[in-house]
Amino acid sequence: MIVQKNERVLVQGITGKQGAFWTERMQAYGTKIMGGVNPRKAGTTVCDVPVYASAVEAAQDGGFEIAAMFIPPMLAKAAALDAIEAGAKGIVCLTEHIPVQDVMYFLAAAREAGTWVIGPNTTGVVTAGESFVGFMPVFNERVFKPGNIGIISRSGSLGTLVCMKMVEAGYGTSTFIGIGGDPIIGSTTRDALEALDADERTKGIVLIGEIGGEMEEDAAEYAAKMDKPIVAFIAGAASPPGKRMGHAGAIVMGDRGTYASKRKALEAAGVNVLDTPSSVGDAMREAMG
Amino acid sequence: MNFEEHAAKPLLAAAGIAVPESALAKTPADAAAAAEKIGPCVVKAQVPTGKRGKAGGIKLAGSPAEAEAAAQQIIGMDIAGNIVSQVLVEAQADIAAEYYACVLTDAASKGPLMLFSTEGGMDIEEVADADPDKIVRMPIDIRSGVDGGALESALSGLGLGQRVAPVAGALAKLYDVYVGNDADLVEINPLIATGAGDIVALDCKFSLEDSGANRRAELAAQGAPEKLTELETRGRDLGLRYIELDGDVGVLANGAGLTMTTMDVIRHYGGEPSNFLEIGGEAYTLGKPALELVLSNPNIKCLLVNFCGAFARTDVMTEGIVNAWMELKPTLPVFFTIHGTNEEEAVALVRDRLGMEPYDLMDDAVKAAVVAAKEAS
Repeated sequence: MIVQKNERVLVQGITGKQGAFWTERMQAYGTKIMGGVNPRKAGTTVCDVPVYASAVEAAQDGGFEIAAMFIPPMLAKAAALDAIEAGAKGIVCLTEHIPVQDVMYFLAAAREAGTWVIGPNTTGVVTAGESFVGFMPVFNERVFKPGNIGIISRSGSLGTLVCMKMVEAGYGTSTFIGIGGDPIIGSTTRDALEALDADERTKGIVLIGEIGGEMEEDAAEYAAKMDKPIVAFIAGAASPPGKRMGHAGAIVMGDRGTYASKRKALEAAGVNVLDTPSSVGDAMREAMG
Repeated sequence: MNFEEHAAKPLLAAAGIAVPESALAKTPADAAAAAEKIGPCVVKAQVPTGKRGKAGGIKLAGSPAEAEAAAQQIIGMDIAGNIVSQVLVEAQADIAAEYYACVLTDAASKGPLMLFSTEGGMDIEEVADADPDKIVRMPIDIRSGVDGGALESALSGLGLGQRVAPVAGALAKLYDVYVGNDADLVEINPLIATGAGDIVALDCKFSLEDSGANRRAELAAQGAPEKLTELETRGRDLGLRYIELDGDVGVLANGAGLTMTTMDVIRHYGGEPSNFLEIGGEAYTLGKPALELVLSNPNIKCLLVNFCGAFARTDVMTEGIVNAWMELKPTLPVFFTIHGTNEEEAVALVRDRLGMEPYDLMDDAVKAAVVAAKEAS
């Protein structure tokens, strides 16, 4: 799920306000946008690239590796199935509020086809200095500087803060993976951790978790086997149970998804879990030795 | 969104699962009248929460007079913070066996998961802890749905005998309820076999998934509204996710992750947040109502504004708050910390128009806010 410089990106929903706005930024950053999809505007040109009726048609006309979904929630399932049928290697799904049963449906199809999915409800993925798919402040040099720290985050705002802290501490980002704030997502914290473990440019990792679900606990199992240093912060220690904290996935039910459980699992795996994200720079310096 | 039993059971009936005859009653007299028609009955508190029986919210009644007395006791009862305003008067059933059945959204398998147990009528969490082997877990591929043959063979080792086929039939219908209504969870506890061999649902818990609810307005109207405080209701009506908390440091931040983190860091330095409220770039025009909302909490002693803009431009969000601040002229202390997209412009706005200096470090702003809240109390 690390987007490579030479990979071609198809923007589903390219003619929408957000789709067009972020397509221009992705192009300016160096992302290879090969086209977009809007069945009602097929045959036209937006952001200097062709608009196709479907991802399948785009695949026949040159092809693409990654589909970026800027699609309204109720149309997201059909768009994802189209991208999967077209043979997409990966899908970055930025849409929030997709019905969860639709998400499960296209994730099952993606799994069968071998297509990875980032999101839904992600702010995207960034390979610093090379390529980005989504909406992140990649041009802000205080936030994104090419480097060797891989960052995994369920949240865009908090991920941005941590990227900045890395730059302040003299580091830069290899890859930022925004996995998304929904309860059911394609690539989990553990999947992202495995990808960064295998990534040669990444020498250290910041894992930004959140209350709700059991992804951090699952990731901790893998973290225990890793050599690369990991520093973590889990948001939601002060959040009351039973309330959805802005992200649909951020809710503590009974004793599941609690801050204490996540922190304990990560610490048992040898991960330094911080009380405040502001100390992430110092912690990374210490971890990198 | 949770549904009370009386709103959930019609969904089962529509899918072909038998439910006992019942009537909703808002007064003891109505309960007596319903019992007159139904016969020996169960009087059940209608609240969107479990463990009603343990709380005394479910009573057997052999006659209309007993039903009236039961309703008298139950209506007005407080069950886990819910005041009972109505009861369901339901025909008693001839119970030969009690089962547990459920279909829920499972994050681990990223699909629907069907659960079945012969230990019905009990708290399923207790069964899961004491005897996990008593619960059959069947993941379902949402693209193909329930495989009847696989379902029957999964049930065949449980000693159900001739009831395997009718139980499997009820479970398949339960899955239809789940998938046909954008559910997060649909649970029957107990699902019973009667002496005559019928399979009947005596209770039902149904939860509508929030994003799916956006395409099921009619169904969503049947659900129990989320319990909100007056301020939380105001937030919802404005399109803002506001959660009222017990502390005294007001929080205005952008993004769910950063807002939660701001609360965490306040607590880390010995303070307590008075609210959760996130505003994003799209909501910048809501700066004034958002600020009014946060300031309306009677416990608030100071305000912390923490923006870290990626997608959301910090200058736009800050301008909204600065304008609102100048218009409302609050007298309590405010602390800004702003980072990310267009932060220079945002910092200049606070400096030039409010004559204040935003903190470069989030933690310094939080520490100052915690001290200010302590000094004011």
